[in-house]
Amino acid sequence: MRILFKTSYDYDIRMFKHWYQARWYILLLVLAVAAPWLLGTFMVGEVTNVLIWALAGMGLMILVGQTGQASLGHAAFLAVGCYSNVILQERLGLPFILTFPLSGLIAGLAGVALAIPTTRLHGIYLAIATLAVSIMVEDLIVLAEPLTGGVSGLFAPDIEIFGLTINRYVDPELFYWLTLAIVVIVLYLYRNLLRSPLGRAFAAVRDSEISAQAMGVNVARTKAKAFGLSTAITGLAGALMGHFAGIFTHETFNILISIQMLLMIVVGGLGFIHGAFFGAVIIAFLPQALAIARDWVGTALGTGSVIVPGLENAVFGVILVLFILFEPMGIYGRWLKVRTYFELFPFYRRDMFRRQKSYLKTERMR
Amino acid sequence: MGRPREKWEERVLDVLQLVVSGLANGCIYGLIALGFVLIYKATEAVNFAQGDMMMFGAFVTLGLTNSNYVGLSFWIAVPIAIAIMGVLGYLLDLVVIRRMFGQSQVAVVILTIALGFIFRFAAGTIWGHEPQSLETPYAGMDVRFEGLVLGLDEVAVIAATIVLTLGFYFYFNNTRLGVAMQAASQNQLAAYYMGIPVKRVQSLVWALAGMMATVAGILYASKGSIDPTAGLLGIKAFAAAVIGGMGSLPGALLGGIVVGIMEPFAARYIAAGYSQIAPYLLLFLVLVFRPHGILAQVHRKKV
Amino acid sequence: MSLLDVRNVTLKFGGVIAVNNVSFSVEEGEVFALVGPNGAGKSTLFNLISRFYDPVEGEILFNGESLLKHPSHDIAKLGIARTFQNIELFEQATVLQNLLVGRHRFRKSNMLTELLFTPFVRNQERENRAAVEHVIDFLDLHAYRDKFIAGLPYGVRKVVEMGRALALEPKLLLLDEPASGLSVEETRDVAFWIEDIKNQMGVTVLMVEHDMHLVSAVSDRVLALADGKVLTVGTPQEVQSHPAVIEAYIGVDDEVAA
Repeated sequence: MRILFKTSYDYDIRMFKHWYQARWYILLLVLAVAAPWLLGTFMVGEVTNVLIWALAGMGLMILVGQTGQASLGHAAFLAVGCYSNVILQERLGLPFILTFPLSGLIAGLAGVALAIPTTRLHGIYLAIATLAVSIMVEDLIVLAEPLTGGVSGLFAPDIEIFGLTINRYVDPELFYWLTLAIVVIVLYLYRNLLRSPLGRAFAAVRDSEISAQAMGVNVARTKAKAFGLSTAITGLAGALMGHFAGIFTHETFNILISIQMLLMIVVGGLGFIHGAFFGAVIIAFLPQALAIARDWVGTALGTGSVIVPGLENAVFGVILVLFILFEPMGIYGRWLKVRTYFELFPFYRRDMFRRQKSYLKTERMR
Repeated sequence: MGRPREKWEERVLDVLQLVVSGLANGCIYGLIALGFVLIYKATEAVNFAQGDMMMFGAFVTLGLTNSNYVGLSFWIAVPIAIAIMGVLGYLLDLVVIRRMFGQSQVAVVILTIALGFIFRFAAGTIWGHEPQSLETPYAGMDVRFEGLVLGLDEVAVIAATIVLTLGFYFYFNNTRLGVAMQAASQNQLAAYYMGIPVKRVQSLVWALAGMMATVAGILYASKGSIDPTAGLLGIKAFAAAVIGGMGSLPGALLGGIVVGIMEPFAARYIAAGYSQIAPYLLLFLVLVFRPHGILAQVHRKKV
Repeated sequence: MSLLDVRNVTLKFGGVIAVNNVSFSVEEGEVFALVGPNGAGKSTLFNLISRFYDPVEGEILFNGESLLKHPSHDIAKLGIARTFQNIELFEQATVLQNLLVGRHRFRKSNMLTELLFTPFVRNQERENRAAVEHVIDFLDLHAYRDKFIAGLPYGVRKVVEMGRALALEPKLLLLDEPASGLSVEETRDVAFWIEDIKNQMGVTVLMVEHDMHLVSAVSDRVLALADGKVLTVGTPQEVQSHPAVIEAYIGVDDEVAA
């Protein structure tokens, strides 16, 4: 157990609570940078995948976890980011260093454009509206064939940054570092958001719109900002996803991806940046883990590897059901409890994290 | 004189054909939407797995009646399947949903999406992923009416929906349990004080929704084929529920019919590709301009 | 000129007249109480001042300026803070964060500077924190600073909500039933705080309250409402002895009428 004596307000404003905590994150960063030397090429690709999903997850987390606005349509903004990044490169010949931030900007503006008409919607109604948008965007991509290649999709070109060519298969390490750098930058901005007035305004809108309004928070504008930031980050993830996949179509960003993204951050831990990363790890590694388990079971039973379609989603579904029922705070919530247990040993009490049971808040009254 | 008149008649018949096939689809959407609304009204939970329950119910029936499975008579298989799905719905609430008491609506949405995945997997594992059609006694038959050719399957859908709607109307207004369900949906606490076992009533509502889903599933599967991804139809039914107003049973049916009729007309008169956007565009517009549906039931929160 | 001037305000919900041609004015530096039976329209008046509702008729002036021109999120910026009857705190945030939201009207940074957390934002945060610490000192909330609202007892929440309104440094503070559900000791604390808010901070207080002891202890003037209409305005003693008030509201209550 550590006791921290705060002697200035800055202790609460700083990014890390204390030097001890900062040390762990610096160690993690060093390990992340060194990963290509520590892991094989295949694993580097997998970790890159995790980072891209985490980036997308952070985008969605700002909206769902921080601002409390459920979106079942974020795949649409992955698509906007991905397509605009590639189209700007191919059609206008702009370099990646410009198209990448532009793709985020375009996705962000698209998000704001969605936020304006939907500002009065809450909870499930907003989720349904975004779901509808996601489905429509999927169809629109097919319809806008001259631009998007229709059902046959588009190829992502190699990334060129100041003469340095990055292809995800030829130089997986370079692509990994590029992704890592973007993730770290977004992480930094996200942390800043959480300790500044806008982050608090987001939380205010999440927990009580009516009193946020009474405190002088412009709810509609705050929601629009949350949408914009969220979809911009998701758009950046989409742009990276395009380069990572090499080829993509409307199917790459279908409605199931939207749903999967939301499920991902719920399993990870809603409202925590860590949650986006934990969720991304689950999403990215679950198929691998299942493949290994399948091989293992196959060998044990002597039946060889059996392919069970839909197993991934089902296992993911079961994990999710168990988390929502028994650990609504997600993996990160569980981690917090375990950590507190060891930090306070032997003084941990079971009800330390218990929240007051809230009564059913009827959504018919808004 | 004869030719233009024939042409005109042809067009009327054409439109009527579209209306009937749209109506049949719309009734199925409406029935699934009815299940949504039933659960939403009674428990404020939104069951995103309703479409998957529809699919599962259809497969249970198919497994009982098709000759390559159990091969029971259709008329025996249907009530058994409905009963099985009713029990499943009840258990679903008892084991899973009831624990969500007091948690946010969105958490329940996510939970039911996950349940949908599990339903899809279970159906795929038991009955395979290939599209199959339900063997019904009326398969392939049709009704001719003044030059209008209607599939008996489509007529069956419309007839079944009308019967069910009347049944529901009677049930909610005249039976003890129906009235209890209505009471529990309007004010849980007050219903509890009046001695209504609210929790059990909620489980029964889930059972009822499971049964509704099965009926919808049977009608759907008899009209064409069904595979484990058919549950995604639930999204359209969901659109129907929202368009009609989430808290209103007639609204759900109305919304279903609106979406159902819209589809064939959009497909006929709007360029391909754009037509499939139509229901979602309508959904989005309804949400933006009448956020709580055509028959709204939402009031501003009191502070 | 009065600080708050409510003139001939009428509000209807459907066919029901919730507030019927109500006029009153609150002078700077006083504690003004609204009393009346349930459904008299007291909270509705608060919601009208907060601009959650639009009146059918009438005018609400604050410092001589019409409030009706402003959307509800501007009301705080003009210097009017409020609490809610059923506590509307930000449940999944800490007490400190809740109070800091009260500082939102002083925000001078924008999204960009905040994302980069420039030195300007850092300084602004320090100032906000210092201001909030004053409120924490004033209301004795030290022990709860980093606690989440979701785990706090009712009485503390009530105080936190008052603190959040005070963090706004309002000119006018609207308290919606500040003592409802509180114990006798807690109510006494509230009475002291209201006195201090008036005398030390120079904040004008408009409150809705059912507890007549609290009302007569702290208020300078009282307005009695019934069925959306004004019965009478005056000192607590005058209002309590007014025949119409006794009839409409206190008549059956022997203790207060005596």
